[in-house]
Amino acid sequence: MAQRPTDNIGKYLHNFPGGLKLRHHKALSCCKPLPARYLPLSTEYCIPVSQHLGQPAEVVVSVGQQVKKGQALSTPGKTGNAPGAFVHAPTSGEITAIEKRPVPHPSGLNSLCIVLQPDGKDRWVELEPVDDYRKLDCDELIQRVQAAGIVGLGGAVFPTDIKLQGTSCLINTLILNGVECEPYISCDETLMKQAPGKIIEGALILCHVFKIEKVIIAIEDPMDVCNLELEQSISEFNAGDCVEVIRVPMLYPEGGERQLIQVLSGHEVPAGQLPISLGILVQNVATVAAIRDAVIDGIPLIERLVTVTGAGIREPQNVHARIGTPIADLVDFCGGYTAGIARLVMGGPLMGLGLRNDQLPIIKASNCVLALTHADITSTQPEMPCINCGNCVSVCPAGLLPQTLQTVIRAENFEALESLNLDACIECGCCDYVCPSHIPLVDYFRYGKGEQRAQAKEKQESDIARLRFERREQRLEKQQAERLARHQRRKRALAGSSSKKDSVAAAIARAKARKQVLAANQPDTNSETGKGENS
Amino acid sequence: MTAAVIILTLLALIFGLALGYAAIRFRIEGNPVADEIEAILPQTQCAQCGYPGCRPYAEAIAAEEAEINRCPPGGEAGIKQLAELLGKDIIPLDADVGIEKALPEVAIIHEDVCIGCTKCIQACPVDAILGAAKQMHTVIATECTGCELCIPPCPVDCIDMIPTKIDITNWHWGKPIPITTISEIADTRGEEVA
Repeated sequence: MAQRPTDNIGKYLHNFPGGLKLRHHKALSCCKPLPARYLPLSTEYCIPVSQHLGQPAEVVVSVGQQVKKGQALSTPGKTGNAPGAFVHAPTSGEITAIEKRPVPHPSGLNSLCIVLQPDGKDRWVELEPVDDYRKLDCDELIQRVQAAGIVGLGGAVFPTDIKLQGTSCLINTLILNGVECEPYISCDETLMKQAPGKIIEGALILCHVFKIEKVIIAIEDPMDVCNLELEQSISEFNAGDCVEVIRVPMLYPEGGERQLIQVLSGHEVPAGQLPISLGILVQNVATVAAIRDAVIDGIPLIERLVTVTGAGIREPQNVHARIGTPIADLVDFCGGYTAGIARLVMGGPLMGLGLRNDQLPIIKASNCVLALTHADITSTQPEMPCINCGNCVSVCPAGLLPQTLQTVIRAENFEALESLNLDACIECGCCDYVCPSHIPLVDYFRYGKGEQRAQAKEKQESDIARLRFERREQRLEKQQAERLARHQRRKRALAGSSSKKDSVAAAIARAKARKQVLAANQPDTNSETGKGENS
Repeated sequence: MTAAVIILTLLALIFGLALGYAAIRFRIEGNPVADEIEAILPQTQCAQCGYPGCRPYAEAIAAEEAEINRCPPGGEAGIKQLAELLGKDIIPLDADVGIEKALPEVAIIHEDVCIGCTKCIQACPVDAILGAAKQMHTVIATECTGCELCIPPCPVDCIDMIPTKIDITNWHWGKPIPITTISEIADTRGEEVA
């Protein structure tokens, strides 16, 4: 039997190219206190409709409507096949506005949000728990995951139901990604310590439905306590024969899907393909726990663990925050800011998103709120010319050539990017970090990717326009021909009925012609009479 | 001498037959150069170039009857691509034909003013206007190429061009603006340089 790429997965650890060893800064926030505390109700929740990758959702509530906790506020848009996800009410209360508000997005643009004023009662909508998940089939599971609005909680926020749909039964290995490689963030570690059972049960559900043979929970080397908790939970569920915890060495960005697969299996996911091509499904541990809640208890994704950390926060910790909570409320809950705060970031220090203020809401993608002080950040440096030192090449985890890419993008030669595989860039920021010339490489790559996408869209649109133009031309030609034919028909008909004289003349002409034919066919003896008649 | 003549004649005959056969067997329908040019043109079908559509303009370029700088919607990028394809020099856009727009535009019909005359429907090169006689018309925004051909025929002047809105679904990162001098850094931080 041919060997599958997943046969020896996890047996030996492998390397991925590049990567950085970074200081972790996780002790700041991790597991103080355990279990993480729940944030009290805020005075207002602002829930952005587009929190996921893909199509904006369709709002299904109206201003003034009373909603219950867990009630769907918007459903995936019906237009096209683009992915979409449900968004739910984080608590019970009244919808006070549906309007464009600032959201955590790099564009800084406002986006449609549903504003909810809590009534303080926190009443749940009627949930539909499942007694035995073993009775569920593939479609039912995907339907439940979709109805719960679950998206990838590792940061990519791709709708999970769509990822699972593409999976069907082609996979044999599930990798649970508990490798939180970016410094400061510790929400997944906290989850693994406080609720390992949820993760294991979620994994077993996916195993059952997708007939997965093996589950690997990947954690980082220093996460000893996690390891113990997970092992204990595995034995509680009697899942020791299919679930395995593997510790991988600390190296940024090992938590990237493709990098983790490479470390565990030694195989690289081919460019432009998904891990399914190797028979692997990768899910973040928090996503799997959310799947468990959605399937067994019927609870939609309305809250998540958020790490509030950094030297700019008085009491860094992990908290359970509802989606839509203003970031300021989280900061207040954690004792407020310290004196030297310089920058507020959503996400980690390398891939995070700088925020303008703390009035923005927590969204499904918010794994961390990081407040950095002046001591943490270097001042903005002027960009110097590239000296071709090659540092960026040696740290790139995707094996790309950042310096070449940067030159090509700067020259706006976007057609050349395809052959340089810009798509494979995961925007981890390693190249930025090591660049001695302070070139904002990732910014260039994002620009290049945006332009590539925009051009592809333009091409698609122009193809449609060409098709429509050609169809129209054909139609007009056809119409013209039909009109002409109709016209001629009518003309002939008119000519036919215009005067009797003409028709009589025509009849005479026809008779004459017939006679001539007859005469020509007559034998010679009759020729004279024929002549006589004609003359 | 005779042998040489015979051999050469035979060779000429063989090659002649081979070429003649190839000309029939591998005949290409249409004009491949015009096809390639057309693929670069933006397909707005706006006729600003003076030809009735993108295809006729592409054919005119292929026949070297038209310059490559007569397409405002394609703009500078389009001229660059055409120049590369045809091995010509990059020339600026012909100012007589129009100017390149910063953002793509789509037409919008003010529906309360529309009298339902169907004139714009007849003018639209891509069938992006929906309506019937004495019924209100509307533009299918996703199909509109922004060619502006519907504006002149409108007797009540109820069609406007609006630039497409940038929101978080179609926004993308712009080109990084490099900070190059110390004073510029100070500017971005709002500090004074001593």
